[in-house]
Amino acid sequence: MLEIRFHGRGGQGTVVASKILADALAKEGNYVQAYPEFGVERRGAPVFAFLRIDDKPIYDKSRIYTPDHVVVVDPTLLEAIDVTEGLKPGGMIIVNSDRKPGEIKLPKTFKVATINATGIAVKHKLGTLAAPIVNTAICGAVVKFLGLTKLESLTAAIKEGVPFAADANMAAAREAYEKASA
Amino acid sequence: MKKVMMGNHALSYGAMLARSQVIAAYPITPQTQVVELLSEMCASKALDAKFIKVESEHSAMAACLGASLAGARTFTATSAQGLALMHELLHWASGGRQPVVMGNINRAMAPGWSIWTDQNDSLSQRDTGWLQFYCASNQEVVDTVIQAFKISERFMIPSMVILDAFALSHTYEVVELPDQDKVDAYLPKFNPPFRLTPKEPHAFNALTSPDHYFELRYKLQKDMEKVPAAIEETGKEYEKAFGRYLGQVEEYHCDDADFVFVTSGTAGYTARVAVDELRKQGIKAGNLRMKVFRPFPFAKVREALAKVPKAAVVDRNCSYGHHGIFYQEIKSALYGEAKAPALFGYITGLGGRDITVEMFREIAKDTLSKPRPSEEIGWIGVKR
Amino acid sequence: MKKFKPTKKIVFASEKEMPMTPMSLGSMLYNLTGAWRNIKPVIDKAACIQCGICWKYCPDTSIYIEDEFPVIDYDYCKGCGICAEECPSKCIAMVEEEK
Repeated sequence: MLEIRFHGRGGQGTVVASKILADALAKEGNYVQAYPEFGVERRGAPVFAFLRIDDKPIYDKSRIYTPDHVVVVDPTLLEAIDVTEGLKPGGMIIVNSDRKPGEIKLPKTFKVATINATGIAVKHKLGTLAAPIVNTAICGAVVKFLGLTKLESLTAAIKEGVPFAADANMAAAREAYEKASA
Repeated sequence: MKKVMMGNHALSYGAMLARSQVIAAYPITPQTQVVELLSEMCASKALDAKFIKVESEHSAMAACLGASLAGARTFTATSAQGLALMHELLHWASGGRQPVVMGNINRAMAPGWSIWTDQNDSLSQRDTGWLQFYCASNQEVVDTVIQAFKISERFMIPSMVILDAFALSHTYEVVELPDQDKVDAYLPKFNPPFRLTPKEPHAFNALTSPDHYFELRYKLQKDMEKVPAAIEETGKEYEKAFGRYLGQVEEYHCDDADFVFVTSGTAGYTARVAVDELRKQGIKAGNLRMKVFRPFPFAKVREALAKVPKAAVVDRNCSYGHHGIFYQEIKSALYGEAKAPALFGYITGLGGRDITVEMFREIAKDTLSKPRPSEEIGWIGVKR
Repeated sequence: MKKFKPTKKIVFASEKEMPMTPMSLGSMLYNLTGAWRNIKPVIDKAACIQCGICWKYCPDTSIYIEDEFPVIDYDYCKGCGICAEECPSKCIAMVEEEK
């Protein structure tokens, strides 16, 4: 079983990102479980989402405390909270950032990967310049970095699951997938 | 068709596949998405039903009762404070023998104000004469809604399909949606033995003298007693049509167990993970998951627990001044039984405190260390 | 005046005969509520203006119009006095029942 934790801010589509990945993984026959941190957080507040993936039914309904990997949707959270909490040694931290992995200050026990999802989202006119919607670009990078699914499964999940601008979102995911290299 | 969906939407899809005809509901966290999706389904004609907007949960149930009495298949959903506000009408539904099916998202009762899960909201309604089904997965939610309509309409007793706030209501899982034509074959059109119609006017639920009230309630209880067998029968029928068996309890490794957890809701699935881990360590654990609480599955509980020397009932609820509610009921079901396990009761997870595999390990350790049954409540995870 | 044949009160001997839900069966005509009365309305036909207001207001539908004048059905009239109260020509008197 693979457990992934997502860090974002309310309104960025962090929960939707975990759901899109769940959709994409389910298309390839995986068992999935995606859920938000159960709170009443509003726009801007740090939020979490969780994703469990397995090739057999998932019975554990408790929260994820020791994720295999972490995805940081909003880079400003690196300062605000400890995104490595409970992260298994050797786990990957995927950060939405225009910097190189080496430039991000995180313990060396973890692998760090970066993707400029904000730049990709802005390029594809997703959200506004002030508040770009980065989740589909993030999904593209996560799928590539972790080798989770085929790109086609992800774009199909975006097509079905994203209520508007599906083409731009698919293009953003595709671009992030192509640009993602550890 | 396979679809990844949240538990709340699983309730909506269940109500849609059952071809609900009238839906009246009032939104409340964490139930809101149930009625959101149903109202969308009604607007888009994906579901040919009347969606009635109301000003409270009390009115929601009142509208459901009117519609049900007119012969419509009726669905609603609520949670916690909303269910409590509905309380009076819950008696009207069962006493009037109207087979409304309702989703209830288990949410802790205020105060302190909480939106997170525990079972005190639904268990506070245990004596209202409703059937109560507790679900552990989104798949089970869809399947149980369909089965609940079948059983409710056969006996004219309303049903509550219950799921944990967030741990299920907002959790996305893969759900196999049953084919509509197969559901239609499993669940025929609602054809009540009595209904509100100008063709044959009657007054319903009016003043009932002591000459007759007693017998009406006797009949309700007698019909309740027929439900366990019907759940098994319709559950097997469901398995034949859809490949998934829907019974009163789920036994997991109970046959050779040295002790079992007795669980309900999503904790009943997490317990299975703990059982697997304990078994790897050589501890013969098992899990008895209670899927039905009303009517109480006496026979199934006695049968399962007769096989084990020790049982740990894990309650996500408390009857203040007594004990965990499943513990009370299981203990009373075992009274006088020749073969009954030493029974231990634990309370955990109130107000949405997470129930983890680690907690089940702690419970197992505690149960196995005690030579005799104890009346003392085992509080798991409380900070003290 | 139309006379009803009073029905018999339904008393179920066993639960098996009963419907599962509390619902009306038969009628309440067996219940001769006239027996509840201690004062009764008496109409002075000479003063009656035939407006029909007493007929409209009677909460027990115990007033009939016959040959264009109101007639009271004493089998069911409970003697509430609403007809007398509402009568614009004050031709309905509430009279003590003779015991």
